[in-house]
Amino acid sequence: MPGKDLESEIRHGHHGGNVMTVAQPCIEPAAHREPERHLWCISDLTVSYGEVIALSSVSLNIKENSVTAVIGPSGCGKSSLLCCLNRLTDFIPGCCVSGRILMHSKDILGGQIDDTRLRKQVGLIFQKPNPFPLSIRRNFELPLREHGIRDRQEIEHIMQSTLEATGLWKEVKDRLNKPAHQLSGGQQQRLCIARALSLRPDALLMDEPCSALDPISSGQVEELVLSLRERYTIVIVTHNLSQARRLGTDVALFWLRDGKGTLVESGPASQVFEAPRDDLTKLYLRGAIA
Amino acid sequence: MYLRSPARASTVLSPMLIGAGALALLASALIAFIFFVVLGEAMAALGEIGLWRFLTDASWHPSSGEFNLLPMVAGTGLVAAGAMVLAMPLGLIAAVFVTFYAPSPVATAYLRLIELFAGIPSVLYGLWGLVVLVPIIADLAAPGSSLLAASLVLALMVLPTIALIATMSVRSVPLERIQAARALGFTKASTMVKIVIPSARKGLAVAAILGAGRAVGETMAVMMVAGNIVQVPESIFEPVRTLSANIALEIAYAMDVHRSALFVSALVMIAFVVLATALLEFVTNKQAMPDVHPD
Repeated sequence: MPGKDLESEIRHGHHGGNVMTVAQPCIEPAAHREPERHLWCISDLTVSYGEVIALSSVSLNIKENSVTAVIGPSGCGKSSLLCCLNRLTDFIPGCCVSGRILMHSKDILGGQIDDTRLRKQVGLIFQKPNPFPLSIRRNFELPLREHGIRDRQEIEHIMQSTLEATGLWKEVKDRLNKPAHQLSGGQQQRLCIARALSLRPDALLMDEPCSALDPISSGQVEELVLSLRERYTIVIVTHNLSQARRLGTDVALFWLRDGKGTLVESGPASQVFEAPRDDLTKLYLRGAIA
Repeated sequence: MYLRSPARASTVLSPMLIGAGALALLASALIAFIFFVVLGEAMAALGEIGLWRFLTDASWHPSSGEFNLLPMVAGTGLVAAGAMVLAMPLGLIAAVFVTFYAPSPVATAYLRLIELFAGIPSVLYGLWGLVVLVPIIADLAAPGSSLLAASLVLALMVLPTIALIATMSVRSVPLERIQAARALGFTKASTMVKIVIPSARKGLAVAAILGAGRAVGETMAVMMVAGNIVQVPESIFEPVRTLSANIALEIAYAMDVHRSALFVSALVMIAFVVLATALLEFVTNKQAMPDVHPD
């Protein structure tokens, strides 16, 4: 395949940065013809860590302004997929990524992409809340300053509006100078979401954002995700099937086949949950296998 | 039953505990013993001359009854401070380089090299300073043996200590914190400056203070390149004498009050170290990451 050679050359930078990534239209699945836009078109994505193949030739389109729930058992490459979408894979030693991910018609795996800007556009929420060990205010100040916003009033304004959007403002407005680590786990996670939103991203990636939280905090984070899905493209990895049902507009099921993570089935949530095409999906949804 | 198992565990451990306790006691007793010997020896001079004259006498001429220690205090402070100003940034850069930038074989080789440097006897550093550094500085400004030469040699000597401790503390910064910063679009450089270094602050303070402790105490190498003239230097090219060099130079022939006055020198050095340790306590008791609000 000549296209693939070109691509791998771009990634390995053999062309000294002269070759532009070729913009290609996303190939929409034939099933739905309505004018749905895809934020990411993933084709033939393979992720390996040394000998271990975490994801094997995955092709998947992710719709704009929707919640794509990524489900499947542990170790099937769900988190690896997320890390590819904001190129956090760059920092994992021994991690090798091949294939293509188009975002706004640009291959984000290519060398020409400004990866820090990509990460500003695509926020990542980790499993364990990870606010900086600073005050709540500084947790906003530091990233905003990093991206060139220095005006104190503007920072205050952005902080307040994102805290309001995450329903945290009332809870923290009197303690903005207090350490973020004094907040409860759920509040910390919502703070992290607000911090990611303060950079005005297009998308949010969430890696099991509720698995370290109690049921009430989990519920609050879920409500928050629902309230955000009109405006942001959200990809959420979850082990919790009922959470996937509650949140997902689209679903992608991954499975470990022959020691490799593979995509089993993807599509709108209603279709995958009500009329799964793959036998494995049927069994998994019924709880027969896990 | 619940209470029993820890009790039994401690019975099993008790010979070891007693042994460790005894060794710890011995070590602290030795330190106390050394301190009291120094204090005892210094008492004669403190009684006869009085503390005040150690600060106000015209100069340090023990044979003519002048005992001003201030030039040596200044010498020690300036030489050590100069060494730290040079070694601290270098040690920090080395730590960040080894941990986040160097490919792992380079990092390992670099660390081995630094460990090797830490093991070189100080007289060799002094010799190198004497034959290489002093002539170069003499070309710039005579006589060459100077505050600058002493600080440079000392910086090289404390660099391994600082770099190794700084590396340990930079390595112990939680990975999640670094990932959080990278996921928020921080560049590598600003992740270092804004997240890693502030997070490693405690360990870096430990590195600085241990380095400073060594810088204050180092005798041989400093004596070989500092010039050892008793004066408060007016420029970095002027010779200085440190407290430790003062003791080493004069103890061989000092008698009576002069000898006792040298123990006062030692007491002042102990004070330097105690001060550094108190500073260490103060710094490490603070928050792990500074929370400053710039206006």
